[in-house]
Amino acid sequence: MIAEERAIIEVRDLDFNYDQAPVLTDVHLDIWPLDSVCIVGPNGGGKTTLIKLILGLLSPARGSITVFGHKPEEARLRIGYVPQYAHYDPQFPISVRDVVCMGRLSGSFTGRYSKADKEHAMAALAKTGLTDLATRPFASISGGQRQRALIARALASGGEILILDEPTANIDHESEVRFFDLLTELNAAMTILMVTHEVGFASGFFKRIACVNRQVVIHPTSELTGRHIQEMYGGDLKMIRHDHRCSEGGHCHD
Amino acid sequence: MTDFLAAISDPNLPFFRYAVLTGIFASIPFGMIGTYVVVRRISYIAGAISHCILGGIGAGLYLQNAMGITWFGPLHGAIAVALLASCILALVSLYAKQREDSVIGALWSVGMAIGLLFIARTPGYSDPMSYLFGNILMITRNDLFFVLALDVLVIGIIGIFYNTFLALCFDEEYAQLRGVRTHWLYLLLICLVALTIVLLVRVVGIVMVIALLTLPAAIAGNISRNIMQMMIFSTLFCCAFILTGLGASYSLDLPSGPVIIMIAAATYLLVIIGLNLFRRWRKKPIQPEGKRSLTVQTAIKSRAASKVSLL
Repeated sequence: MIAEERAIIEVRDLDFNYDQAPVLTDVHLDIWPLDSVCIVGPNGGGKTTLIKLILGLLSPARGSITVFGHKPEEARLRIGYVPQYAHYDPQFPISVRDVVCMGRLSGSFTGRYSKADKEHAMAALAKTGLTDLATRPFASISGGQRQRALIARALASGGEILILDEPTANIDHESEVRFFDLLTELNAAMTILMVTHEVGFASGFFKRIACVNRQVVIHPTSELTGRHIQEMYGGDLKMIRHDHRCSEGGHCHD
Repeated sequence: MTDFLAAISDPNLPFFRYAVLTGIFASIPFGMIGTYVVVRRISYIAGAISHCILGGIGAGLYLQNAMGITWFGPLHGAIAVALLASCILALVSLYAKQREDSVIGALWSVGMAIGLLFIARTPGYSDPMSYLFGNILMITRNDLFFVLALDVLVIGIIGIFYNTFLALCFDEEYAQLRGVRTHWLYLLLICLVALTIVLLVRVVGIVMVIALLTLPAAIAGNISRNIMQMMIFSTLFCCAFILTGLGASYSLDLPSGPVIIMIAAATYLLVIIGLNLFRRWRKKPIQPEGKRSLTVQTAIKSRAASKVSLL
């Protein structure tokens, strides 16, 4: 990490309440270019709230957030967002391609897609390996495929940051492996922020872990030494060191 | 059936021809807007608007008959109140998220109360029954112009904003993040719903609006791959229900509104039962495949187990 580089997301002294009940207090967070941060924490701990604040869907009670030095609402179009897919109506009649095209909506006032928009959408489908499913109904594909379609939608929109909300919640292990391969590839050009509640192990992919439970504490991911766990899962693993306290901005071991 | 055709061509029964033409042309906004109401799940908002409209109808009758304002009739009152109610409902969904249903419920009955009070104070006899249960046979030439204007408006606006409306219904939050002005778009959608309901009130009456708005679209939803198809099927179903309902009510000498609704509901029921039977029948041979899908936990466990056994 280069010291003089400026953080692309800066959260300072942030408080957020829902009807008086504090959800987040005194949050400091810096996200750097090409960072990969996993946001973990218990349900109701404020993970999704933090993301919605960064996207400008909610506004803080105190403190500030800047994204690329601007207000979150103004920087929105530079963020690709992958929401939880659980909230979609399973009966909604829409094709995979039409879902992905939504990533290109910002192009015109009426939402008409140009030829270039459609090409971007098809390229995003190709990148996520969904070209063959483009015309299939969104409701008829598997959970893992749907997740990839939502990632394709975020990729079609372009942008330098990718934010994912619980993308691995309902997918099988094989899809999860492929999913992290895709994220690794994307991380070469994009900053990645991902929410998950599977706290135990979040794959070796992430550089840093943000634990969110009313407060946000940054942990570095560090190599797991326990040989038996490595043997059990067979692969390189990283674990979160909750015994380890860092400075507020977090630090990095590499 | 021959009676029905004879009635259409009878020059002494112009109202019957108007009714048939209305049925055909009104199916377009009913089918298109009904599709959005179903996929966006706002039928309770449609219900509130339709009941509020009685307030406008009452005010129109009162102004016309008690105040002598001849240019302002029940139709104008209905349109004004429907649009006003849409603005209130759009604001409510924006600012009063938790209490939305209470406000909708209040608006629903307050609109009716105002309408009944106005009607009580209006001199002469006006029967609220015809507004509550509608009568397509009371359609006039002027109403027919309203129907055609609404056709142009609905097709035009949906044609222009098709993609943004689709995004609004599928994933409003995402649309907002892509720079779509979702609040204004939602207000526009609710206003179109409101105008469509004014027309629906004419055809089937306040009480039965929701059925004719949602049943054709709900049936169409089962056989459509996208919103465009759903709109087309829904329009065709709606047209079929109105015309067969009109024909049946004519030959059986029954009120048209309830007959139309009963035909729509019976079709809906048959389609749902038929589709369920069809899916059950088709699913049987491919049952074993379903067992292959494992949860993440079992996948990890089985993988861990196989590693351990290898060691």
